[in-house]
Amino acid sequence: MATVKLNTPFDKKDIQNLKVGDTVYITGKMFTARDECHLKMLELHKEGKDIPFKPGDMALFHCGPVVQKKDGEWRIVSAGPTTSIRMEIFEDEFLKTFETRMIIGKGGMADRTLAALEEVGAVYVHYTGGAGALAAKAIKKVTDVYWLDELGVPEAAWILDVEEFGPLTVTMDAHGNSLYVDLRKEIEKNLEKIHAKIENS
Amino acid sequence: MSPKDLEDRLVLAIKRAETQLPDDVVSALEKAHEIEEGSAKVQIEAILLNIKVSRETGAPMCQDTGIQTFFIEAGADFPYLGKLENIITDAVKRASSEVPLRPNTVNPFTGKNPGNNVGRYVPYITWDIVKGEECTIHLMPKGGGSENMCALNMMSPGRGIKGLKRIVVDHIVSCEGKPCPPTVVGVGVGGGADLSLKLGKRSLLRDVGIRHPEPHIAELEEELLELINESGVGPMGVGGKTTALDVHIEYAHRHPASFPIGIAVQCWADRRATVKITKDGRVEVI
Repeated sequence: MATVKLNTPFDKKDIQNLKVGDTVYITGKMFTARDECHLKMLELHKEGKDIPFKPGDMALFHCGPVVQKKDGEWRIVSAGPTTSIRMEIFEDEFLKTFETRMIIGKGGMADRTLAALEEVGAVYVHYTGGAGALAAKAIKKVTDVYWLDELGVPEAAWILDVEEFGPLTVTMDAHGNSLYVDLRKEIEKNLEKIHAKIENS
Repeated sequence: MSPKDLEDRLVLAIKRAETQLPDDVVSALEKAHEIEEGSAKVQIEAILLNIKVSRETGAPMCQDTGIQTFFIEAGADFPYLGKLENIITDAVKRASSEVPLRPNTVNPFTGKNPGNNVGRYVPYITWDIVKGEECTIHLMPKGGGSENMCALNMMSPGRGIKGLKRIVVDHIVSCEGKPCPPTVVGVGVGGGADLSLKLGKRSLLRDVGIRHPEPHIAELEEELLELINESGVGPMGVGGKTTALDVHIEYAHRHPASFPIGIAVQCWADRRATVKITKDGRVEVI
């Protein structure tokens, strides 16, 4: 299990070299997107309209931050990840459309996303749920925000400059491996033992 | 003490709850850090570092600053009894911009968010009227991720305590990483459907590591904690030894035909604060 530091825009090869269990820190640009923002971006793409930033050059962060405006500038106060599985219904389409190479979230995603990660050459990395203050410390600047009025603070696309953002744990790699699939099998086995213990208690 | 003093102290208590995790939770997480390895250890490390950053910078430890939930033990002769609800509501509004808090109250039908964390029935207050002139206000900001994992099971009484164990363990394991483990699990048993859930949530006010005063309940708490941690779900559901930091049980007598089990789940950010108003009018934030 290696610890790797990466800069955006990501090199496809670097991403494909990552394995489940690796720890990653990233420096560069990321954008936040939750349910509404995914839908918005896919809709714009279908209408043939431009996305005002380059999602393929950034990491995608499943996050609805706490923000504050001070002296006319946005500041991220706290910004941990949100539960990623909500985005499973359109994340495969999103990845194929925008070729984003890294998804940052919590809790993991399922089969459709896993297949799309392999097809596109991307990874899903897990960021510790609730570690909002730590995340905010690594976010150096809000460079832009899109669809704020339309979608509201949590759902808007916040474009962020980050420095050594992490620790991020690779839980789904670009070769069809998922920590969640393997772990589920192990937990099932453990549960059988636990049930037997309860029966005999 | 004036109502304004109390409001100030409540704002301070909310700020404290959002930025300073209680010592009992921190030491439970430190113990978890000692026994975990690999990715699980990385998660706990990030949590501990996050707690430190939050304490130092005053930024809320989690971006989900929760629904502000209050449990009040108010003396029947507490002089501000009639005003307390308004004072609390004003404090929550102020804390929303001063801490700041994420606007977390949404009208379920219109989708409108007033932006200040108040609304119909929110902040949510549970009242207990006790004798005397003092008042204790417990505050628990409750996040959505862990709240979504709360559950009610109206068990057939014939399944007995074995059934209870299985329902609690299976439920917490099925939550995987979603409630941001390691969690604190509150189990309310008996009463009715609503009371069991309320007892479960109220039990979360108890410090991590403190057992129920009745020895056989205390034993059951320890057994459930051990069983849950044998599952291997681990911190944040990445696999590991610490799925829960503690299990707390509270109970009420039940109807012969019912065995309600209310499971309240709290994330690792087991945020709490207490405001105490003494007889002589002093206000302490604990």
